[in-house]
Amino acid sequence: MRGRSVRSLLWLGLYAACASALADASAQQAYCEWQSADFAIASPLCGLDGDPARGRALAADSHGGNCLACHPMPIDEEPFHGTIGPPLQGIGARYSAAQIRLRIVDEKQLNPMTIMPGFYRDPALANRIAGEFWGKTFLSAQQVEDLVAYLVTLK
Amino acid sequence: MTRLLATLMLVTLTLPAQAEPVSGYAFLDDSTREMQDDDFSNPGMVAVDRGAELFHELRDSEVHSCSSCHGENGEGMDIKAIARYPVFNANLGGLVTLQERVNYCWEINLDRFPLTPGSSELIALETYVRHLAKGETVNVQTDGDMAPLLARGEALYNTRFGQLDMSCGHCHVQHQGQMLRGQRLSQGQANGFPEYRLGRGRITSLQQRLTECFVSFRAEPFEEGSPEYDLLELYIMSRANGLEIETPAVRF
Repeated sequence: MRGRSVRSLLWLGLYAACASALADASAQQAYCEWQSADFAIASPLCGLDGDPARGRALAADSHGGNCLACHPMPIDEEPFHGTIGPPLQGIGARYSAAQIRLRIVDEKQLNPMTIMPGFYRDPALANRIAGEFWGKTFLSAQQVEDLVAYLVTLK
Repeated sequence: MTRLLATLMLVTLTLPAQAEPVSGYAFLDDSTREMQDDDFSNPGMVAVDRGAELFHELRDSEVHSCSSCHGENGEGMDIKAIARYPVFNANLGGLVTLQERVNYCWEINLDRFPLTPGSSELIALETYVRHLAKGETVNVQTDGDMAPLLARGEALYNTRFGQLDMSCGHCHVQHQGQMLRGQRLSQGQANGFPEYRLGRGRITSLQQRLTECFVSFRAEPFEEGSPEYDLLELYIMSRANGLEIETPAVRF
C-alpha cells in the first residue's frame, strides 16, 4: 500500500513537470524567422491565423500589446489614449496586412530613429535585455497575427 | 499675408521654446504643484528632516558631526557649489556626484563605515544638502575636463536598452510634451531630485529613477554609483543648467 502511494506520487510529479513544460512552450512559442520585402512581411508569422476580436482586446490591454499607451485608437470605452504615435483609425485603408505586420514586428526597418519597439524582433538583437526576458519577443507570433487581423479592419 | 506673418511668429515663438529647458513642474497639475510648494504638505520634506537628523548625529564617542564643520543649519556650505554637482575633482578620482561627496566626508572626515550608494541614509543626506540650495540655479560644468565625460553621458542617454529597445532621448527629447496614456512626457529634467514620487510613494534619487526607467524598458539596470549611472547623472543634470533647484520636488 505504502509503495503504491509513493509510486503514484512519483507519477504525479512527472505529470506536473510535463504539464508545466507544455504550458511554458505554448506561452512562449519558439521564435519564427521572418523575411521582409518591399517594406512588408508577406507571410503570417509561423503561418498562424489571427483573430480580430482577440487583437482588439490585446491592443487595449495595458499588460498586453498596450497600443493605446502611444496611439489614439477607435476604442472609445478606454480613456486616455497616448499621442506619441500616429492615430490608428483608418490604418487598414492606408496599409495592407503585410505592411501592418512589418510595422508591428520591427518598425525600425522603416524608421531607424523610431521610439516604437519591435514587438517581434529577433531577441538576440536587444541590448542589455533583463534576465527574465532573455530570448523572448515582446509579443508572441499569435498575438502579432491577432493584432494584424484587427488593424486591417480599421478602414 | 496675415497667414504668413502668423506662421513666422509661430516659428519664432516655438523654436527657442524647444531648446529651453523646462522643469517637470510645468507638466504638473495644480494640486501636485500646491503639494510641492507647501513644506508642510510636501512628503519629500520627511527625507529632508531625516537628513537633518543624520547631519547632526553624534555616535558613541564621536566629537564631530557634519554640523560641526558645516554649521548648525548647513550655513557653512556654499550653495553655489552645491548647484555645481556632479563635479570634476581630480583628487577624488574624477567625476563625483553629490552622494559620493557626502559619502567621502562620512568615511574620511567622520571616520565612519561608508554608506551604500542609493541607501536611504545617503539619499536623505543628499536631499538635505540639495534642499539647502533650493532656488539656486543648476550650474554643472560643461567644459574642460568635463567635456569628454559629458560626451560619454550623452552617448549613454541616446543608447537603446532592453527588450523595448528605447533610449532616454526617445521619450524626453523626441516626444516630450506628448501623452503616454494618461501621463504627459516631461523633458526629464533633474532639477528637483531627489524628489518624492507619488506613484511609488517614496523619495527617489535620480539614479533610482534611472533604474525604474531601465526596468520599464525590460533592460538590466546598472548599479547605483556605477560609472554608467554617474555619467548619465552628469549629462542629465547638465541638461537642467539654468533651471532652479526644487529639491524635494513632487512628481508622479
